[in-house]
Amino acid sequence: MKRHGILTRIWHWLNAVALIVLFMSGLNISNAHRYLYWGNYGFDPADAWTSVMRFPAWATLPQRYDLAAARDWHSLAAWVFAMALLAMWAGSLANGHFWRDLRTSRREWSPKSIIAEINTHLRGKFTNHDGKYNALQRISYGIVLGIFLPMMIFTGLAISPGFEPAAPWLIEALGGRQSARSLHFIFSWAIFAFFLVHIVMVLVSGPVSQISQMITGGRRKGDQHD
Amino acid sequence: MTDIKRRSLLAGIAALGTGACAKIAGSETGQDLFDTAEDWHRAAQRTLAGRQRLAPEYAPEDRSPTFKGNGSLTVDTPQYRSELANGFANWRLSVSGLVEVPLSLSMEQLRALPQRTQITRHDCVEGWSAIGEWTGPQLSTLLDQAKVQPQANFIVFRCADTLYGRDYYESVDMIDAYHPQTIVAHLMNGKAIPEKNGAPLRMRIERQLGYKHAKYLTGVEAVASLDDIGDGKGGFWEDIGNYQWYAGI
Repeated sequence: MKRHGILTRIWHWLNAVALIVLFMSGLNISNAHRYLYWGNYGFDPADAWTSVMRFPAWATLPQRYDLAAARDWHSLAAWVFAMALLAMWAGSLANGHFWRDLRTSRREWSPKSIIAEINTHLRGKFTNHDGKYNALQRISYGIVLGIFLPMMIFTGLAISPGFEPAAPWLIEALGGRQSARSLHFIFSWAIFAFFLVHIVMVLVSGPVSQISQMITGGRRKGDQHD
Repeated sequence: MTDIKRRSLLAGIAALGTGACAKIAGSETGQDLFDTAEDWHRAAQRTLAGRQRLAPEYAPEDRSPTFKGNGSLTVDTPQYRSELANGFANWRLSVSGLVEVPLSLSMEQLRALPQRTQITRHDCVEGWSAIGEWTGPQLSTLLDQAKVQPQANFIVFRCADTLYGRDYYESVDMIDAYHPQTIVAHLMNGKAIPEKNGAPLRMRIERQLGYKHAKYLTGVEAVASLDDIGDGKGGFWEDIGNYQWYAGI
């Protein structure tokens, strides 16, 4: 197992804090109007494609319904999240982390190869033969880093009336303001689902060493092995 | 505006992990951080969209079939009831404060000014949106007629309605006040504005959230500072609920 780079480690924990604040304050904001629509307008629950549950106080930030305070937290953490993601992407492309550790080959996307990897995972074997991450990890990290997280920024910008005059094409491309709001919600839960799987994988694959590696970087190849 | 206090930022980030969110939010450092983030959003949006770039305008068929009323849905005073009953024949809009020529305009005078019609989307801070067509003179026309003095930094909107025993009011800076889509609307979808939507006059400030679009408008006031108005935070919801004064996000 290779070391995690310092950039990867700083980004990982900063991102974790930002995402937790964003998610919990987002649940508070969701409680303000618990209906989602497609298109450019929507205010009548009868037109909603779904109605969202009211999230309990323990799950929201702050831990009582306060739209103004939740928006404060959300706007602050959004800067941390967006700037960190930008820096992480720029750094990973520049220092080779992306090309070396995260890029997938076409072969790895074949159903056969994915099923084989899943079977290996289900048997609790995590063999990272050629490189830092196995194919399933690279695929899921790639989807999260390349699609889910950037989409949170794009859909978030698209529901801001002050940003819209700068790039009206973005809101149109997402299908309108209320569609962007729906997508913002959907992607936030996709990231939450990844978070759950991620935690489970850490727990079943040696949580202490996994977490300490993400803090200290772990051992170099050639250092004594466990 | 961009003078972020680095120590505050670091202290804030470090404290996030301790589960002391309520303490952070209540502290001066916490409020500084939130205000800084808000300033950054305003600066970023103003840089990207400039002073003049327009909010999208829609085709007539894109309008929502109805337009939700929210906040105050009427004005509970005998004067308003009688104005409403006689079609607001005596309603007047004042233009006052730091101006050289204070004005008091009748509905007829407002209708006689050059008009702008725009079909725009209204985004409530709660998350919902409605699309409607609004017609009225640009606020800039009124401000130019009244000759706003150079020391004015904000335009305050005075309203007839009250909520929780307080007068509703709102404010914008001069950039949004002079934006081409900032109009004093008297028509909605070609008809007099309905009662729940702010009859007879309502501000439209299309690049900002709904709570800026003051209803039941009675006056427009140029001021140098917002400190001595209400609780000094620039608007009803800002005072009562600590809502963000810059409502562009």
